[in-house]
Amino acid sequence: MTADATPPRRLRVLAAMSGGVDSAVAAARAAEAGHDVTGVHLALSANPQSFRTGARGCCTIEDSRDARRAADVIGIPFYVWDLAERFREDVVEDFVAEYEAGRTPNPCLRCNEKIKFAALLDKALALGFDAVCTGHYARVAVDSEGNRELHRASDMAKDQSYVLGVLDERQLAHALFPLGDTVTTKDEIRAEAERRGLAVAKKPDSHDICFIADGDTQGFLASRLGRAEGDIVDESGTRLGSHEGAYGFTIGQRKGLRIGTPAPDGKPRYVLDISPVNNTVTVGPLEALDVTALTAIKPRWCGTAPATAGEYTAQLRAHGEETPVRVEPAGDELSVTFTEAVRGVAPGQAVVLYDGTRVVGSATIASTTRATATV
Amino acid sequence: MAYLDHAATTPMLPEAIEAMTAHLSVVGNASSLHAAGRQARRTVEEARETLAEALGARPSEVVLTSGGTEADNLAVKGLFWSRRDADPARTRVLCSPVEHHAVLDAVHWLGEHEGATVEYLPVDGHGRVHPEALREAIARNPADVALATVMWANNEIGTVQPVRELADVAAEFQIPLHSDAVQAFGQLPVDFDASGLASMAVSGHKIGGPYGIGALLLGREYAPVPVLHGGGQERQVRSGTLDVPAAASFAVAARLAAQDQERFAREIGALRDELVTAVLAAVPDAILGGDPAPAGPDGIPGRLPANAHFIFPGCEGDSLLLLLDAQGIACSTGSACTAGVAQPSHVLLATGTDPELARGTLRFSLGHTTTHEDVKAVAKAIGPAVERARAAGLS
Repeated sequence: MTADATPPRRLRVLAAMSGGVDSAVAAARAAEAGHDVTGVHLALSANPQSFRTGARGCCTIEDSRDARRAADVIGIPFYVWDLAERFREDVVEDFVAEYEAGRTPNPCLRCNEKIKFAALLDKALALGFDAVCTGHYARVAVDSEGNRELHRASDMAKDQSYVLGVLDERQLAHALFPLGDTVTTKDEIRAEAERRGLAVAKKPDSHDICFIADGDTQGFLASRLGRAEGDIVDESGTRLGSHEGAYGFTIGQRKGLRIGTPAPDGKPRYVLDISPVNNTVTVGPLEALDVTALTAIKPRWCGTAPATAGEYTAQLRAHGEETPVRVEPAGDELSVTFTEAVRGVAPGQAVVLYDGTRVVGSATIASTTRATATV
Repeated sequence: MAYLDHAATTPMLPEAIEAMTAHLSVVGNASSLHAAGRQARRTVEEARETLAEALGARPSEVVLTSGGTEADNLAVKGLFWSRRDADPARTRVLCSPVEHHAVLDAVHWLGEHEGATVEYLPVDGHGRVHPEALREAIARNPADVALATVMWANNEIGTVQPVRELADVAAEFQIPLHSDAVQAFGQLPVDFDASGLASMAVSGHKIGGPYGIGALLLGREYAPVPVLHGGGQERQVRSGTLDVPAAASFAVAARLAAQDQERFAREIGALRDELVTAVLAAVPDAILGGDPAPAGPDGIPGRLPANAHFIFPGCEGDSLLLLLDAQGIACSTGSACTAGVAQPSHVLLATGTDPELARGTLRFSLGHTTTHEDVKAVAKAIGPAVERARAAGLS
């Protein structure tokens, strides 16, 4: 039995405001609910654009201004906090290092874990705030014993519990997601913003990685890691072509391989493996992507860690489908076995475990067991 | 509310509001030839005479601008261009490293885009430029110096510069010295002709006048190349229709600022000392910024009488600002920036302050509306705020 975690009292809330419509509406709802809300925009980019060091790129200045205007309209104090250094260390450098190691990181998840619900939350608590509020679509509930639980948003289509799966109970105890109960379309959130007089109502959604302003992830990685020509090979090791850096690929990728000769069976080929050690990308048929099990590291639990094996459902990437799994804790690792083989599992991504709508925990995928061969 | 950010802007004086509103309903472009134009011109010229008298200048030396930033830009860029036009060898700009961004960024721009060689003058631990340092810098090659610029008093830590002595050194080599006197005017005796400066910037809204107007005091022998081109309204060096109501209002505020300066320095200075004592009592390890030297026989103190600048070790200035703001106390970290992100102050870095320490700054600036109650509010709030901010640490 769970009940919605209705805040029992007037909280001092720090609302993280990106300049987008979701976080603006979330802050407005928190204020309307009677909380004492202060808005803060996190300056996360440190690209100096002019002589004055610390001047932000135009996009960030615009976002900051939009957030400020939203705070004005809501009628709450507003500040900009510079967390660029922490963000660079904990999110951007991690992102680059993960790609360099042949893995596929999720920087949003890392940002929630290390920035919004760590650096920001810790500072907020020290300054006397009770909670951090964001525009994420997820629900926090309390069970019969008063424990905090993270649940999928009421509206599955917008659910973002996957990128919040890294939060532990303490972090959840200080998290406020006013949009989590909303069963509305994005248009309705925009209509609400409009009704509230928030100018961000018509602002386009951001989809890209926020620190890669032009959306060119490959270009960003190339500028950071340099070009390193290597081989594209098939499963037998036969050289099929070349690439300009193994980090530019993701497991399951089909497009952009630029292999001249077609496969003998004429079927498309997919990236099966990325080996940063010898800078080699292995490609092969779709079936070879089938994964029957995986090992995941650095587990984080929403609540007590399960001591024994259990049956859950798992989500393996943002906006991915749920799939039934059996999970066995093994020291600091998790052994996850799929009931049915799944495809496109990329090391570096998070496996988030659910029990119904409840998030049980998450871990980082380290390696996978293929139906045909272990990679 | 305890408003202690008068260095950012100070409330308009009732007399200045009256002058402004009285002229807002009167039509007339000061450049027009008809009766309405003549009336507007008369108002502007009377304002100019009042400003000249308040600042120790001749009326023809008052060039009205849109504010301090424009006045600084006109002086720095305009004098650089005109001096270089007269002699292409003059490309060196000597600049104090503690200037306001209106000067600092203009000088930097000259270096980036106009081939200027920018040389930052050494300062002592209080951010003061010593006349010998200026002499040494000029003497290395007097022929290639376009201009020098040193602010009258610093906007962050309040340190007062030896303007007269610096101007004497510059005059020896016939080099123009510009000074940003935006913070000094109203707090220190400011006399343009006696200063020996080539040019000097002042601003309306820092002395109880309106926003959007300022002036460049400009020696008659100087003809800077304009930054704004157009009708040439102001001595052919500054174009744009004159803002008659603002000019009238600015003049009233300037007259009162000059008349009141001594009393202001004495009374507000005493309140400032009270605030400093209270803050240091509540937070014993706070570091007081600027030069604490009292006024000498010339009546000029080491720092601006309305300025109190502190470093609170282990605190983020932003955190303190938020905590005080929540209690109705308005102050500043000292270095504002368009995106709202505070960077370690270039002024503190120039004085050799450790960058980590430089993050924990607060500037309280007092003004004509400041009361004992305001000071008491700070005395009460600062201790717990510092404790909290320390717990939050440096992010």
